Order: sequence, then structure tokens, then C-alpha cells
Amino acid sequence: MKLDEVPQDEAYLEEGKIRDVCYAVDKDGQYTRALSKGWIPKNEAIRYAWESIYEHAGETRRLVLQGKLSPIAFFMELNVMDVKILADYMEISKRKVRRHMHIKGFKKLSPELLSRYAEVLHVTPTELADTEIIRRMELKHED
Amino acid sequence: MKIDFQHNQAAHCENGVTANMLQYYGINLSEPMVFGIGSGYFFSHMSFYKLNGMYVTSFRVWPGVIFNRVTRRLGIKVNRRKFSDPDRAMQELDRLLEQGKPVGVLVGVFHLPYFPKEYRFHFNAHNITVFGKEGNLYYVSDPVMEKVETMTYEELKRVRFARGTYPPRGRMYYIEKVSSQPDIRPAIIKGIRNTATDMITIPLPMFGVKGIRYLAKRLRKWPVKLGGKAAALNLGQVIRMLEEIGTGGAGFRFIYAAFLQECAEILQQPRLNELSAEMTAAGDAWRAFAWQGARLFKNRDRGMTSYDDLADKLMAIADQEENIFSQLRHMKL
Repeated sequence: MKLDEVPQDEAYLEEGKIRDVCYAVDKDGQYTRALSKGWIPKNEAIRYAWESIYEHAGETRRLVLQGKLSPIAFFMELNVMDVKILADYMEISKRKVRRHMHIKGFKKLSPELLSRYAEVLHVTPTELADTEIIRRMELKHED
Repeated sequence: MKIDFQHNQAAHCENGVTANMLQYYGINLSEPMVFGIGSGYFFSHMSFYKLNGMYVTSFRVWPGVIFNRVTRRLGIKVNRRKFSDPDRAMQELDRLLEQGKPVGVLVGVFHLPYFPKEYRFHFNAHNITVFGKEGNLYYVSDPVMEKVETMTYEELKRVRFARGTYPPRGRMYYIEKVSSQPDIRPAIIKGIRNTATDMITIPLPMFGVKGIRYLAKRLRKWPVKLGGKAAALNLGQVIRMLEEIGTGGAGFRFIYAAFLQECAEILQQPRLNELSAEMTAAGDAWRAFAWQGARLFKNRDRGMTSYDDLADKLMAIADQEENIFSQLRHMKL
């Protein structure tokens, strides 16, 4: 990569921006450091990863609103977690988490466990129980 | 209390932490030098191991290896700790800071408060240096950030005890003492030989140059085996590992080329300049691969021909890298 090829394609970063250090060859063939604002292929790959996370969360939301899955399943996906990560943060078994992801297990949750779920999933306990909020939530990766 | 610590941005976090820490102890090495001596260059494609539902492809060695190898090869005494009790881990950190020692700390990025949301996945192998504390606030040198950042006690504790795959468990490392200016020439030669051997000789299909061919072979079949969408997601994962923050572009290939160029001077070996140019060409080929791969996201329903093209590109890259490293392996240094 030559110095004038160091890409400066701005990424769709919502909060702040990071410029990456790159190594590129100057006109005398010597390696130097340069800062890059981003590169289209990389931006596209990150964007695609987020889009599919939101797409998947949308499908899960449908099942939550149909009363098949609990809001825990939905917020787990918004936090880019899987059952293992969520169980690790909750310090309970994966089997229990899977049970709580279904509406039947969710209804039996103790208030303590519910508030711990809320904390781990970065929502308030009220939000965690309110399907109306989940219904209205916008699922989109911002440009 | 704040240690007089110079923060330099780097392409890769572990290179940056290592270089910044060595600089604090009076040893000035560039980032490519740290990467090369630490044999950071690698390739692996794991078919048996998935992260967030996707196959793991990596363009460098495991976390922690660079710091260990660099300090060992330079004869520097270091110490490493991990903890089961978070408060204990914070206490020990405070104690070292009071002794005036900057401390390298392994963290998860998901809860890093100063990171943009786009980069916050559950990735638990990020490195930062903590170099001061005032009240409840810690001064942090994160090599991928342009400036010094701060974190509160609670924030730092949380990222040091992130959960999920490969949890950091409060891991921290620091330099005990540096006795004399080390001779870097033998360290460089060890670094080069180590990388060349690992790239060429590991008798498993997932690693080194063989790993690149293995990825090519599997990638060719993804659209049929996994379907268009999962194939695109897995391809996207490869491109992210190749280009995401911390690789210096093209999966560390350009950093390594910069390293070889620096070595040509130090070891008085002009041949290394030629190999550096060949490594640049390999990096450019990886970039062309990423560029073509990213087009598949824009137009997701394309046929299989484009995956075939991508696989052919990888096979060519594998040949390029094999050629470079077999020369480095046998070259008189």
C-alpha cells in the first residue's frame, strides 16, 4: 500500500471516531505511519454484521410479541450476547437462561433475578417486562 | 498519582502496550520491531471453533504471546498475574501504580466506555496500559486511541472481569526491571525464524500458509454448504479480522513488511528489502481480496463464481507467503 492509497473512507460511527494507524510506503519506498479514517470494505463488513444482528433481533421480537419467547431473548440479541455469555454474566447455568428465555420460565422469575437480568442487559426492570416498549423500539443501524 | 508515561498510538493494541512500556524503561523500539521480534505474524482458520456463530479466522498469534516473546528475547524480567477476586485485582493494580510501575491490563471491549458502539463486540483480548490514578479515576493508555483516556474504578473493574469466551480474569502484566540495554540483533533473528517456522511447518491444515489454503478450500463451498446469507456473514467476518482496528491494514502484512525493511538496515542484509517489497505485494493482494469480498455484501444474491474467484485469490496469496517465509527460514542472517 502506497502512502496516497491509505484509505480515508469515513465510517458510520455513531459515537466519536477512531482513526487507525496504518503502515504504507512513501514515494522513496520507505515505510511510514499514516492515519486512516476507514475503508469501504471494512465499513461494509462492520455494517453488514450489525444489520444482521438487528435483523435477527427483529425476528426474535416477533416471537416475543406473539408470546412465545420472553423479552430476555430479545435484549440478549441487542447486547450481541449468546446464551453462554449471558449465563456467564448472570452467574447461572445456561440451562436456566434458556428456561428464562421462554415466557413460562420468565413469569416465574424472582424480582431479584429479574433486576439482575435488567442490569446485565442494560435496561431497567420495567423495560424488561414491558412488551409495549419492545414493540415500539426502532431496530436499525444508523448511517 | 500519575506516572510520567508517554502514550503513543499504535496499529495493534498488544504491540502498542509493549512498545510504550519498553519506552518507559528506556528501550525505544518501533511498533513493527515489537511485532517482528515478538513473532506476532500468523494465520489460522478454525473450522471447529465458532465465535458469535461464525468461524474464527485470525491473522496473528494468540493474545499475550507478543509481550511474552519480546521481553523474553530481550532478557527483560516481567511478571504476570491473574485473579479470581475483582477487588483484589484492583488493589494489586493500585499497589503497582504506587510503586511507579505502568501496568498492562487485559480487558474486554464490550463495556469500554470510550469505544464507539460499532466496535463493541464481546471480544476479550484487548490490551491497555494503566499508568495513574487520581481519586476514583484511572489514567489509561489505549494504543488504538489517539489520546489518553480515563476510566472509573467500577468501569475498569468491569472490563477487567468481562465474561464470555476467553474471559480476562483481571490478567495484568508489568516489567520488573531492565538491567542493561539489550542487544536486539539476536532477538530479531529469533523472531524471524520463529514466524517462518510456524508459517511453514505446523503439520495441521488450519495454521500458517496451509491455513490460508484451507480457508480457500472451505470458502469455495460456503455458498452451497451454508447458503448465501451465512456465507456472506462468514466472509464478512474474515474481512473484519483482516481490516478491523488493530491490524494496521491487510491483517498485519504491512506492519511485517515495515519490520523487514527496518531489519535490512540493522542486520545489513539488503535481501530483506526485497522480501519486504514482496510482503507489501502480499498485503496488497489481501486488500484486493477484501475489496472484492465486500462487493458481495452490496449484492448479496450473486452466484457462486465470485466465491470461486475469492478462493483463487487466496490460493495465490498462500503461494506468495510460502515463498517469502521459506526464504526467511533458510536465509543466512
